Amino acid sequence: MANSKKGSVNRRGFLKGAAVGAAALVAKPVSSEAQVAQQTAQARVPLPSAALAAAETSPPPPRVDVYSTDRPGADFMVDAIKSLGIEYVAANPGSSFRALHEAIINYGGNKSPELLTCCHEESSVGMAHGYAKIEGKPMMVMAHGTVGLQHASMAIYNAYADRVPVYVVIGNIADGPFRRGDVEWTHAVQDAAAMVRDYTKWDDAPVSLTQFGESAVRAYKIAMTPPMAPVVVVADAVLQEEPVSEEDRRRLRVPKLAVTTPPAGDPDAVSQVAKALVAAETPLIIAGRSARTPNGLKLLVELAELLQAPIMDRRMRMNFPTRHPLYGTGSLAQSDVVLALEVPDLWTVTHSQTPVNRMGMESKPLTKAGAKVFSISSLELLMKSNYQDFGRYNESDLVIAGDAEATLPSLIEACKRLITADRKRVFDQRSAKYAETAKRLRDQALQDAAWAWDASPIATARLSAELWNLVRNEDWSLVSGDGMQSNWPTRLWDFTKHYQFIGAQGAYGIGYGAPAAVGAALANKKYGRLTVNIQNDGDLNYAPGVLWTAAHHHIPLLTVMHNNRAYHQERMYVADMAARAQRDVSRVDIGNALTNPNIDYASMAKGYGMYSVGPIENPAELAPALKKAIDVVKRGEPALVDVVTQPR
Amino acid sequence: MKRHYLLILTASAVLALPSLVQGQASTPAAGDVENGKRLFTKQNCYYCHGTEGQGGRDGARIAQIGLNAQGLIRYVRRPAGAMPAFSEKMISDQELTDIYAYLKSLPKAKVPKDIPLLDQLK
Repeated sequence: MANSKKGSVNRRGFLKGAAVGAAALVAKPVSSEAQVAQQTAQARVPLPSAALAAAETSPPPPRVDVYSTDRPGADFMVDAIKSLGIEYVAANPGSSFRALHEAIINYGGNKSPELLTCCHEESSVGMAHGYAKIEGKPMMVMAHGTVGLQHASMAIYNAYADRVPVYVVIGNIADGPFRRGDVEWTHAVQDAAAMVRDYTKWDDAPVSLTQFGESAVRAYKIAMTPPMAPVVVVADAVLQEEPVSEEDRRRLRVPKLAVTTPPAGDPDAVSQVAKALVAAETPLIIAGRSARTPNGLKLLVELAELLQAPIMDRRMRMNFPTRHPLYGTGSLAQSDVVLALEVPDLWTVTHSQTPVNRMGMESKPLTKAGAKVFSISSLELLMKSNYQDFGRYNESDLVIAGDAEATLPSLIEACKRLITADRKRVFDQRSAKYAETAKRLRDQALQDAAWAWDASPIATARLSAELWNLVRNEDWSLVSGDGMQSNWPTRLWDFTKHYQFIGAQGAYGIGYGAPAAVGAALANKKYGRLTVNIQNDGDLNYAPGVLWTAAHHHIPLLTVMHNNRAYHQERMYVADMAARAQRDVSRVDIGNALTNPNIDYASMAKGYGMYSVGPIENPAELAPALKKAIDVVKRGEPALVDVVTQPR
Repeated sequence: MKRHYLLILTASAVLALPSLVQGQASTPAAGDVENGKRLFTKQNCYYCHGTEGQGGRDGARIAQIGLNAQGLIRYVRRPAGAMPAFSEKMISDQELTDIYAYLKSLPKAKVPKDIPLLDQLK
């Protein structure tokens, strides 16, 4: 820690002294008998001199004003944070980082980073999660090292499992005597980051400002190196609040950020994969979190077109254009070579399981006999023991540890070198088949969408079609997953750009959707994109205060409620259990349905200061309501349309 | 914290198996559409298949089902995929026949070209 001015009594020293004095008083209670004896003894001693009497009776000298310092350590912390180019810091205010909070808004001018007022730490991290998937870099989150991090922890796990960088700075008062009363004792912790260490990539608790500067930069670098993940840096409150001497200020420096290049796969192993792909008759590429950046999308298109290999997309990122003839037109069961790119739990993707799956025995491969399976994934480089997001053991024929996007250029080049005129003819021949399949799937999607077209509750296909019709000529970005809407956006919309889809939670922790959408919309704001969130009702109820954050910070976001009035996934599971037990299926709304009373999301949004409309139950009213809301969003404000929907 | 179990139910091809062998048990009386509609809701068939039987990610389309009544009964008793079996203790053959009648009564979807919006999206 930096030294404070020599000879001055800093706040810490003053409080220490005060605490000792107070403790002495408490430790030596004086009884009434003792007080009488003391007075008797005093009567026998000589009278004090005039000087001594004056010294004892005059008011004490003014104490050192501990708030008068103009350069608290938090200023240096802001210097370090600013050096990283962090645009925003999301926080629900907390006393353990109050000096850093103050330094950000005053010393730092509330710009790069700008403080975002959040109503829950889960919202803060969720916003950072969505923001990073659009912007490609982390948002900072501030939280108490104890109660704040506890609130934030589920969202951190989501980001970790989704391999998304989030830059978490938590406040803590490590030094016991510095803590001011019960609140600060209960909010203090010995090892603050321990709570989330199982699902963060790195953490540190610096004990000096010099170390803080280094750890701040190191944390950013680690978070941004694939496989990306959240990191935690503890900002000790003593370091934040103590003044830094002029001399020490000159010595402090923020280290340069040395960016680490993403790890690429071993060249020999890449050559083996290329050889197998070029020789394959029916290759298939499975894309998980393959496209980290727009370039990742471009590279995957290049590889797929080069080989005329179809893509099986897990929809975890915007990996591949959804109307491309090679999108979703392959068959795992018919493929002789399968290449998986950043696919978590590949075993589950390539094997069937029964609902019971007793002892893990009731499963069989979905690949055909003799098919070769290859994997390129940075997931191999970051696995921890306790939380089991790593999935079942990967039995691929060759597993390349490396970032898929960083490895694709060498894989593409290796394939190009191997492709002969004969192989090229084979590739061209199969391309026609895939184009035909793509057209059939497209026609089928439109025909399937026609069922229940006029239904109320409104069909998710109708909702998706109406919405698509209104946004398709805009520069749009869908920032919600679409599994809960039976994947209708994926089936009907034309996704081509990287920012048009960002996948879902990562760890399937609910409460992600609304804050991630707000964070993604914030990232999209400066590019003028129309951000759309199809919002699951159950998810919004975890921390709806994020609607206020969107309104307060003028974040343009269209939220369309997928209001099926239930925790529907769980309702299906409980129904399944009831049927298996041969008991009453009709009772499973208990504990799952969000009815009686129905939740009025339009009123909720209005209460948070947001334009809203609904509930919309008549499909004929949907398009006009959506159009009005889009107009609001295009004017730079958030809006919500509550749509009462079919379960899926 | 809740989780989404995306994979197990996603794999359900619940009632879409038209090749099922037809049953030969005693034939229930013709189905009652109104009772079938009531049972469709009460038994929560719509959870996976939608209120109009339109299907979705977690259940096949069963409006205008391709099976006959015996085929439906047979499938519900011994389903494939993620759908749980519904025994006679839970729902009788006659009740399933009523549901069958309801599913057959549901209107067939228009073709996309007759829905202006879908026609535009082609």
